[in-house]
Amino acid sequence: MEFFQWGSNPWGQEILIRISMDILYLAFWAGIAFILFHLIYAAVWVPKLVRAHAGGGADVGTGEAAHVPEKITRHTLAARAFHWIMAASMLALLITGFFPLVGVEFPWLTIHWVSGVLLTVSVLYHIVHATFFLDFWSIWIGPSDIKEAVQRIKRQLGQDVEVKKHPKYPLDHRLYHLAVTLAGFAVIGTGLVMLFRIDTPLVTKNAYLLADETWGLVYVLHGLGSALFVMLTLTHIYFAVRPDKIWLTKSMLFGYVDREHYLGHHDPKRWVVTRESGEE
Amino acid sequence: MAVIRDNMPAFELFQPASTDDALGLLNQYGAEAWVLAGGLDTWDWLKDRVKRPSVVVDLGKIPSLREIQASGTGLEIGAMTPLSEVVRHAAVQEQYQLLADAAAVVASPQIRNQGTLGGNVSQDTRCWYYRDGWNCYRAGGNICYADTPTAMNREHCVLGASRCVAVNPSDTAPALMALDAQMVVRNGSGERVVDAAAFFVGPEVDIERMTVLEPGDLLTAVRIPSTWAGARFYFEKSRDRQVWDFALGSVASAAKVRDGAIEDIRIVVNGMAPTPVRLTAVEDEVRGQTVTDSLAEQAGQIAIRGVKPLAHNGYKVSLLKNLVIRSIRGAGA
Repeated sequence: MEFFQWGSNPWGQEILIRISMDILYLAFWAGIAFILFHLIYAAVWVPKLVRAHAGGGADVGTGEAAHVPEKITRHTLAARAFHWIMAASMLALLITGFFPLVGVEFPWLTIHWVSGVLLTVSVLYHIVHATFFLDFWSIWIGPSDIKEAVQRIKRQLGQDVEVKKHPKYPLDHRLYHLAVTLAGFAVIGTGLVMLFRIDTPLVTKNAYLLADETWGLVYVLHGLGSALFVMLTLTHIYFAVRPDKIWLTKSMLFGYVDREHYLGHHDPKRWVVTRESGEE
Repeated sequence: MAVIRDNMPAFELFQPASTDDALGLLNQYGAEAWVLAGGLDTWDWLKDRVKRPSVVVDLGKIPSLREIQASGTGLEIGAMTPLSEVVRHAAVQEQYQLLADAAAVVASPQIRNQGTLGGNVSQDTRCWYYRDGWNCYRAGGNICYADTPTAMNREHCVLGASRCVAVNPSDTAPALMALDAQMVVRNGSGERVVDAAAFFVGPEVDIERMTVLEPGDLLTAVRIPSTWAGARFYFEKSRDRQVWDFALGSVASAAKVRDGAIEDIRIVVNGMAPTPVRLTAVEDEVRGQTVTDSLAEQAGQIAIRGVKPLAHNGYKVSLLKNLVIRSIRGAGA
């Protein structure tokens, strides 16, 4: 298996060119393997866990639950707009980036860089919006999450341990967000530099902006981030269409989760809502 | 960087006697195989050791690939037909003079005797950075050395660049496009017929090849429909010296003219973009118009819309404009 493509510069020195196709195929099949694994896990193992921990249903009518409205806002319109713009641009980037490499040929470059600029602008917007208008820390992983992660793993392995319900964003969602953030910064940062290699109205083309070796690293980093996105996108779409996760997908479409799902999956102390506002 | 050594690296040579045998070999060896027609493009690559195929399939022993067959619907020219035979063929001269004119100015008499029509349209670009073995986009790298701040790019493109700025070097390609020719391509799966306009591939679609031909594919013939037979033709090739040189720019046009007005027209230029370019905006402008100097001037202005000259090929803007002007005047002559 080859990880990188090497070439030579005009002085005959060996330089990095880009990642090899093997990494792309590895990312793709790793995503497929994860999905297959999860399908088996969900069909075979999860029912056993549910039976073992049955009886702890949601308290939907008393105590704190009594104040919970029927619909709880999970994603604001602005947050949803960002998500779908990012999704559209990311899909366009993956299709234009990888389809030509596997034999589906079309004029891809303009769509690719325009989608990349759109992704960049949407991510900048998201950073500002999340920093100043949303609960910024709710999506990030902190030291306290390590203990919860250990507890959850133990429970998955069949041990009888107490696990708290989720805050607004479950741990796996926050891990996914972290992976998307890292891969996103890699592809956006390198992609912006790569604009200097092509004709756009945004910057003046200059192939000599960086040294050959540095350009190679930029291409490799861009490729690695993109390959990671192949895997992340495959698994994301898989979870989005799973019947047991459709309520979350709907919340990204319509903005809210219903009371039953909220109380069934989330801890009202960790994701506080009020009847008046739908969310606090 | 590659150095001419005049001694080619070893390869296995096959000289099939039929198209089916050739296709069998191409199917068997895939990307390892190199198709040899007249050899004018091939030997440079091999002697320079820039391309190193392990197998060469020489089509020179297949007589059926060098036939010219005329019919009521047009002409079918075998891909291995030497350019000099294309030039001399009576049907080509009578009905499709445009192709004869284009083939007649390819390189030199000796090269036209050896070079083939199929090879002429399938040849690789002459960008010297690429042909000298530099690791550019077209060679699988991630840079176009001809489009850097210090590059020598006098012969490169002013239209249609997409990362790579190399141009198509064929003289017959624009003529065939203007004649609405079709390329007959065969491979192990069968035969497909590709319009000449779709035969040439630009870097925006695939930066590593000039045509739709993939490993295993064989261009067997060129079909010229009778659509433009006997039309008014114009071909002009501009080059640094008047023999044995590639075009800096060329224009091929076929026009149906009645009472001084252009009923229909095809205008194709080459040497300006990575592929031959049909100037449909120019065609639309002049169709139905009487040929005058002002119409030709107008056509020339339209032709240069959107051009992006590089550091050293600004002259191609004037060249393109004037080639188009003269082709329109030629239609009215």
